[in-house]
Amino acid sequence: MAATATPEPKTNRIGLTVLDYRGGKTTLCAGCGHNAISERIIDAFYEMGMPPERVVKLSGIGCSSKSPAYFMGRSHSFNSVHGRMPSVATGAVLANHRLVALGVSGDGDSASIGIGQFVHLMRRNLPMIYIIEDNGVYGLTKGQFSATADLGSKLKTGVINDLPPVDTCALAISLGATFVGRSFSGDKRQLHSMLKAALAHRGTVMIDVVSPCVTFNDHEGSTKSYKFMKDHEEPLHDINFVPAFLEIDVDYDAGSTVNVTMHDGSALRLHKIEEDYDPTNKIGAIKRIMESQEADEVLTGVLYLNTAAPNFIDMLDMTDEPLATLPESVTRPSRKVLEECMEELR
Amino acid sequence: MLRGATESGVLMATTEIAPQGSAASAGGRPIVNDFSIQVATANGSGSQSANSILLRSIFQMGVPVSGKNLFPSNIAGLPTWFTIRASKKGYIARKKEIDFAVAMNPETAREDVLNLAPGAAVLYDEPLKLNELRSDLVFYSAPFDKIVATVCPEAKLRKLVKNMIYVGVMAQLLNLDMAEVEKALRKQFAKKVKAADLNWNAAKAGYDYAAASLTKSDPFTIERMDKTAGMIIIDGNSAAAMGSMFAGVTVVTWYPITPSSSLVESLIDYMKAYRIGPDGKATFAIVQAEDELAAIGMVLGAGWAGARAMTATAGPGISLMAEFAGLGYYVEIPGVIWDVQRVGPSTGLPTRTSQGDIEFVAKLSHGDTFHPMLIPCSVAECFGMASEAFNLAEYLQTPVFVMSDLDLGMNNWMSEPFQYPEAPVKRGKVLSKEDLDRLGGFARYKDVDGDGVGYRTLPGIDHPQGAWFARGSGHNEKAQYSERPDDYKNNLDRLRHKFENARNLVPKPEMVRNEGHDIGIMAYGTSHHALVESLDQLQNEHGIHADYLRLKAYPFTGEVLQFIASHKRVYVVDQNRDGQMLNLLKLDVPAEHVARLRSVLHYNGLPLDARSVTDDIISQEAK
Repeated sequence: MAATATPEPKTNRIGLTVLDYRGGKTTLCAGCGHNAISERIIDAFYEMGMPPERVVKLSGIGCSSKSPAYFMGRSHSFNSVHGRMPSVATGAVLANHRLVALGVSGDGDSASIGIGQFVHLMRRNLPMIYIIEDNGVYGLTKGQFSATADLGSKLKTGVINDLPPVDTCALAISLGATFVGRSFSGDKRQLHSMLKAALAHRGTVMIDVVSPCVTFNDHEGSTKSYKFMKDHEEPLHDINFVPAFLEIDVDYDAGSTVNVTMHDGSALRLHKIEEDYDPTNKIGAIKRIMESQEADEVLTGVLYLNTAAPNFIDMLDMTDEPLATLPESVTRPSRKVLEECMEELR
Repeated sequence: MLRGATESGVLMATTEIAPQGSAASAGGRPIVNDFSIQVATANGSGSQSANSILLRSIFQMGVPVSGKNLFPSNIAGLPTWFTIRASKKGYIARKKEIDFAVAMNPETAREDVLNLAPGAAVLYDEPLKLNELRSDLVFYSAPFDKIVATVCPEAKLRKLVKNMIYVGVMAQLLNLDMAEVEKALRKQFAKKVKAADLNWNAAKAGYDYAAASLTKSDPFTIERMDKTAGMIIIDGNSAAAMGSMFAGVTVVTWYPITPSSSLVESLIDYMKAYRIGPDGKATFAIVQAEDELAAIGMVLGAGWAGARAMTATAGPGISLMAEFAGLGYYVEIPGVIWDVQRVGPSTGLPTRTSQGDIEFVAKLSHGDTFHPMLIPCSVAECFGMASEAFNLAEYLQTPVFVMSDLDLGMNNWMSEPFQYPEAPVKRGKVLSKEDLDRLGGFARYKDVDGDGVGYRTLPGIDHPQGAWFARGSGHNEKAQYSERPDDYKNNLDRLRHKFENARNLVPKPEMVRNEGHDIGIMAYGTSHHALVESLDQLQNEHGIHADYLRLKAYPFTGEVLQFIASHKRVYVVDQNRDGQMLNLLKLDVPAEHVARLRSVLHYNGLPLDARSVTDDIISQEAK
């Protein structure tokens, strides 16, 4: 008897295979950092057993904003207008707070045309994951500087950037986002862990991922190139995320590890590389980011985390049933109410 | 004819010369329930309450009444006027002629008085000595500061209470029932008993002063009628807010802008009162956005995810919303946008009324775009169209604009009580999990029913085939990215077909009068009230008979084209400079009928009055 049985495909805890988390074929350039980020999203959502039907993908305009078409094809998605994804995401989450919102933006989309909406999204601490795929240039319009380009960074054409960059992480922390991280599309392990932890957070997760543009900004003199990042990435810690559905081992060294219990009961363990870094200290976080800029380093890791602040949905004190599906009996007051209103006006 | 060029901006009284029908022609006979009062005060002096009480007292005496607040873009200090019109015939448009002026503002008093027609009456603050200005008016003076000092010991409150004195004086002069004044006053101050008592004493003091010191020598008087029994008084923005609540709105986003702010502020009050669920939790979310871009972005995000979402704004906000409006049209997402129109372009006159956004909104976006518009003329229609707009938006899966204006939105109007919405809340073509099980999938933009409207699913639907990709970029029937020429063209043609189909779905125009005359008139929105009166003026004063059709929506229904086809000359009344509605009509009207269309234009920021319309039509008919 021949051994013909093919092995069962590997599935996650809700019985889906990793294929169920894939999307369309990417049309971005080969080697684009954004493609690596899409892969990390697929892996993280698969591993966490997040039902794709609960997820909504939102984006603005640009190379980064095209990428939601290339992962999680079973999720609804909205590719909106340039820089305005935060408002669309806000509306969607208001309509149905049970949705898991994943926004994918770029540095032009968030730090220039959309900075107004970016700022106010951070202030509201809307529960969603907001990723900036940050390459310092406008790719789709062929390589102009964006507002996150570092001082002195050089374009292929030789143009030098002489304006200071917007640090989206420092901005997000100061404004009220409650989970702020920076990573590198080439740092597979770190980004993967950070995305899994992001899914456990109920508040705005803002992750700036340096994601080199192989076509327009990966050359000598660029501060957003693979080479620059390999030489200048400065990780704060090793990230170990233990989901709530796994049995949490109690064994860790409290002296060398920061342990944070997330909203859903899972554990985020940050194994210190920098001895005295406290990711729950807002002022310290911003100070350390500023110092790293001075030192020409790209500080990565979970820069700031606050699991105590109320999020925007908590503040609105809405009924648990999503607004989108409330029946007429709830949303249209009775004839008696109308009569009462009329009497008031007589 | 550029009607309105003779009426100057803020100083409404400066150049308005009463041509006829004014007090002068009354010849000593009393003029009962048919005159206008203009109260001139400084902004922020509390005159709003006093004027509302005066208006409501007349209303409570059964006399049809209307009020127009003419205010500056300012918090305190600049001049403001309030006109109250009593009309036994039920005319509620602004009356151009002022019959009785109450001059409380030293800054404008002189000019206000100089511009009155002979025979008008004036009540003025004694130190202003206005009686020296003219000999052909009836003057009454009152020492307001002295009177207020006797009833209001607290000096810092006197400024606010002073205006209540003229309510009492006017009540005495116009023969108002003081019991009705007290009722109106106590309603105005509601639970603030102390403030009510203080103001009531002021009103009584004014009344007593007039009774003791003034001799009635003008003809204007109020007599009890029964024309307002059971009716309500409300502003259009509050009516729109109430209507939106009964329409089942769940997500409201906004950015404060005059004259739309009070719509959402009123909605917040209504929702807090009547839309908290049995669990004590809100069945809605109201969010003040960072700007109008975000406000409409949130509406579209919420509409996409299945909420009944709306925003309210005015011209500058509409300009900012253009990009998202195009997205809503092209991705096909429902949403309701209230445009409470004010005078543009740019900042324009933020506190004055206009119908200046009609043409822009109809095609709001880059690229080929058309949006449905509903146009209320009354507070009752503000209420009713709120529900209609949502049902239409969700059926058509597109943004629907409701075109109110400042006159309607911010002024108080009397109305029959509102009718409970007849149509149920209709959510349009939304597929359920069970539908998908049965169908095995769907194509988002496929015209299955031939009406141009595809089927959609809502994010969060628990079905592996439930998702579709909403995108503002080119897409095919399955919502997949496409740059194919045929996909793009087919999509645009379907959208046009959908819009054509909307002609059968929007509210039909109101055929106010159709007696087969040569002349037809078309108007919309608040112009209606001037038109009703103008039709009578044309007939009674000039022997000109005209038919009248009131437009209620865009796209135009068949009745509109039929009306044009059956009249030799059709006057289209626009409260804007460029004849915007007429321009939209030209897109639809057969070439051989275009020459029939004539424009009646009004664009000085003041609510349209009948006299302006009548004069304009007479002058054009004479050509």
